[in-house]
Amino acid sequence: MGLLSDPVRRRALARLVLRLNAPLCVLSYVAGIAWFLALVFPPLTQRTYMSENAMGSTMVEEQFAGGDRARAFARDFAAHRKKSGALPVAWLERTMRSVGLEVYTQSFSRKLPFPDETHERYMVSGTNVYGILRAPRAASTESLVLTVPCGSDSTNSQAVGLLLALAAHFRGQIYWAKDIVFLVTEHDLLGTEAWLEAYHDVNVTGMQSSPLQGRAGAIQAAVALELSSDVVTSLDVAVEGLNGQLPNLDLLNLFQTFCQKGGLLCTLQGKLQPEDWTSLDGPLQGLQTLLLMVLRQASGRPHGSHGLFLRYRVEALTLRGINSFRQYKYDLVAVGKALEGMFRKLNHLLERLHQSFFLYLLPGLSRFVSIGLYMPAVGFLLLVLGLKALELWMQLHEAGMGLEEPGGAPGPSVPLPPSQAMGLALYVLPVLGQHVATQHFPVAEAEAVVLTLLAIYAAGLALPHNTHRVVSTQAPDRGWMALKLVALIYLALQLGCIALTNFSLGFLLATTMVPTAALAKPHGPRTLYAALLVLTSPAATLLGSLFLWRELQEAPLSLAEGWQLFLAALAQGVLEHHTYGALLFPLLSLGLYPCWLLFWNVLFWK
Amino acid sequence: MAAAMPLALLVLLLLGPGGWCLAEPPRDSLREELVITPLPSGDVAATFQFRTRWDSELQREGVWINLGRSSVMSSQGSSAPLSTSSTPPTQSLPLPPSNPWVWPMTLTTTFCAMLCCRGRWSAPKTSPPGRSSCPVVPRASLISFHLLQAGLSVLLKADRLFHTSYHSQAVHIRPVCRNARCTSISWELRQTLSVVFDAFITGQGKKDWSLFRMFSRTLTEPCPLASESRVYVDITTYNQDNETLEVHPPPTTTYQDVILGTRKTYAIYDLLDTAMINNSRNLNIQLKWKRPPENEAPPVPFLHAQRYVSGYGLQKGELSTLLYNTHPYRAFPVLLLDTVPWYLRLYVHTLTITSKGKENKPSYIHYQPAQDRLQPHLLEMLIQLPANSVTKVSIQFERALLKWTEYTPDPNHGFYVSPSVLSALVPSMVAAKPVDWEESPLFNSLFPVSDGSNYFVRLYTEPLLVNLPTPDFSMPYNVICLTCTVVAVCYGSFYNLLTRTFHIEEPRTGGLAKRLANLIRRARGVPPL
Repeated sequence: MGLLSDPVRRRALARLVLRLNAPLCVLSYVAGIAWFLALVFPPLTQRTYMSENAMGSTMVEEQFAGGDRARAFARDFAAHRKKSGALPVAWLERTMRSVGLEVYTQSFSRKLPFPDETHERYMVSGTNVYGILRAPRAASTESLVLTVPCGSDSTNSQAVGLLLALAAHFRGQIYWAKDIVFLVTEHDLLGTEAWLEAYHDVNVTGMQSSPLQGRAGAIQAAVALELSSDVVTSLDVAVEGLNGQLPNLDLLNLFQTFCQKGGLLCTLQGKLQPEDWTSLDGPLQGLQTLLLMVLRQASGRPHGSHGLFLRYRVEALTLRGINSFRQYKYDLVAVGKALEGMFRKLNHLLERLHQSFFLYLLPGLSRFVSIGLYMPAVGFLLLVLGLKALELWMQLHEAGMGLEEPGGAPGPSVPLPPSQAMGLALYVLPVLGQHVATQHFPVAEAEAVVLTLLAIYAAGLALPHNTHRVVSTQAPDRGWMALKLVALIYLALQLGCIALTNFSLGFLLATTMVPTAALAKPHGPRTLYAALLVLTSPAATLLGSLFLWRELQEAPLSLAEGWQLFLAALAQGVLEHHTYGALLFPLLSLGLYPCWLLFWNVLFWK
Repeated sequence: MAAAMPLALLVLLLLGPGGWCLAEPPRDSLREELVITPLPSGDVAATFQFRTRWDSELQREGVWINLGRSSVMSSQGSSAPLSTSSTPPTQSLPLPPSNPWVWPMTLTTTFCAMLCCRGRWSAPKTSPPGRSSCPVVPRASLISFHLLQAGLSVLLKADRLFHTSYHSQAVHIRPVCRNARCTSISWELRQTLSVVFDAFITGQGKKDWSLFRMFSRTLTEPCPLASESRVYVDITTYNQDNETLEVHPPPTTTYQDVILGTRKTYAIYDLLDTAMINNSRNLNIQLKWKRPPENEAPPVPFLHAQRYVSGYGLQKGELSTLLYNTHPYRAFPVLLLDTVPWYLRLYVHTLTITSKGKENKPSYIHYQPAQDRLQPHLLEMLIQLPANSVTKVSIQFERALLKWTEYTPDPNHGFYVSPSVLSALVPSMVAAKPVDWEESPLFNSLFPVSDGSNYFVRLYTEPLLVNLPTPDFSMPYNVICLTCTVVAVCYGSFYNLLTRTFHIEEPRTGGLAKRLANLIRRARGVPPL
């Protein structure tokens, strides 16, 4: 630090930063991207390992053999469900009681802020059914949860069958030291959210639900199960939860252990994991998986009902049975055995899962990148903003330290309040004004919300024309430079905070927003800059991510499809904020969009 | 009661052979009893009680109470009762509560050692007793159990007892008067064991049971030292119409009493009756259901309770207790005692009690605030529960950050909060007549009746597990050292940079000549060079 206190050296350093600013910025940006791409290569990805002693060395012998029973339960469930058209609550209660569980139900209702067209629901009311297996070895202080979310269509009945068969098998065992909750929720994630809120007696999303009659202490871990066929070719595991939260890596390791033990084919992001990491093919395949994970995590959506458990510090993951055209298939017994093994090992836990990583990226099921190794990537990207800000600061400093503004109306602070107001309008108006919109235009509520969103978003682009009237033109260069300086620091702060909590989102936004933010200035090829800025705005990033997402899944989108998907994603984003408390929508509308508008203002500075 | 009593009882575990019945000194008397209650869910509850009465003065001498394997030595006698129990409370079972009185903590620990339970006790975490005392070991896991030989203790076979869905042990010592004027005192040691056999595991779904199926033993002989040795089987028919169950062998006598507000009929098997243990020296009591009870939820008791921690995150939380009064038309008061460790900092102003959506003002509140590391919070309230209602008692707390040496070896497991204790006089359905304690069966003392229209119940809610903010103990020194170094190095320099401005001072030239010139200039009143 003596380097900075010494004025002579400091001046030399400043000169260096000023002269080499552009090459340094480019270098830093390239280094960030290169570092990220390098994450999939072996020195940076490591092999996963079990850290938790209680689950590591002990072996369990799986005895589950209730495949026929599971199928029979599934058939009955499907039949009853078809008959009643909703979750057959009475049948579930009866069956759970007959296998010896303590059964409770919970009814809930929720009016969504606007109709959900993807899931076709608006006024939702349903009933969750759960049965508790009381552990003979403990006083109901801890529990594990096995949950099956049931949507409106009649998929997932095999999962209910397997859940009931497992419950019957578990009930006959005497080694349980943690209560096990078997939970079947209606309206998939909405039901799970209602149950979790009632279990923890909080209300975060405005859900109306009846209080729970039975509880089982602190939930230690949860597994969500989705199966819709009697046989599966592979099991896919989803880890990404609400707001990019991840379960402890040990839970994933546990699943992987039983995949290997049972010889099951297990996938991550629907991709098989590469065998060979030494050649180039393996890491390239890993990169696809990694990018898919980054996109999923960045979306902040709960990818399966496990995602909602993570808020309550319950480690959870979702297992999805996939039935593809592969030759070799596994029946429900194989899946049941894997689950039995997982639950028996979780039963051994003495403490909450805490030994392994909570922040990681996965290029494969058995490979991970720890937080210490991926953070430099985003650090390099944010360094660009820092360098640029430093340059501006020094230029401002040199240009006129003594020159006080005569009018006393400093330029840079003028566009700030209007852009923040735009952000606020973007956050509040679409949902608030949907009824007004439906009265005056021939659109449905969901469409009205999405179109209002887009309209306000686009209206923000007209902002510079309105603010310019106020801005004094005494020192034109100083004005935009100061504004850009503020905007750069604002952006760097926001991205830094986001990257700390949800690396993927931070990295994705930094990759797109940083270069144009650094470039934006009111001179030079303005149309080019404007085009670039629009292309890297948060909404365009979302659209681009959707295309990349489908490309990586090997199901490319056409432009029209992409647009439709984009509109649906906007609606989903708003809905998820209101129903589950996802933070992506407020983050973009209240934080990044106003910040982006500042750069737009810089570009059109007169 | 006598909380500060200077009791210094020592409990030693003797490794000598012999069963409970075999090593009794002649002046002791032993009564033993087993009560078997088929529960509506199909499970079977069995409660053993061994009561030793010992006609000796404990006041001056240090004496051994020899119990076979476990011996209690009292070096400094006192006439206060003492008791301990290790029970994982399971609220859904209508079981006799273990109801001890007084609670010196060192003794609890000692008796825990005797019962082979692993409780975590240390003085600061427990509380002085209030109006209702709360002696339950919040986390007790049993390690082993070795009991032998004759009488009812034949049935105590460890591997069967541990395959049960509930079990509870208690030890009570109390003084009893030897005569009506209480001129001399005898000591009574009561040891109880309650277990509930799980119909699903032991009976493979069948609800019929026999001693052999439950304990894998049958009764072969009475304990030769026991003055009373009886088995009671609850044969109360739940449906009033006709006989739904049958016991074999047919009982010689039956006994009727009002237990917890309902009329019960018990079949009595007296082991001291020589005709009872028949020629094959084998008594295997069996119960067969003629019409098995339906697979229904068990009937709900008038008073039950549930306790949980609400909220999420590691900063704040809320302790909620739900008190259910399911009586259709009678309200009754409940004394609720909460002992909360000091590291949950209670906000007493957030205490809310609501019944049926309205605020319920308790008629009596006693609150003793916690002192860090010395004493827990003690909150005691008398709450009137309206008929057919749920009352929610909730209080918010903040989780304290402990010193790093205060964490347990397994900090991520969480910290236990002991159960709340509910004491209530619950209105009964049937009027009970006052009983003579000495004459009635031993298990009656588990259900003390206060008067004809009420019965006394003490309930313990479930213990809670609360997570506190926990540092990562895997590498504290690395992290602490690194952080401190970084802060120490960076803070000073940044502070310097932010608060000072640096200027380059031109090196002084001129030396002596200039200084002289300046002196002259100052004398002339001209500004210096």
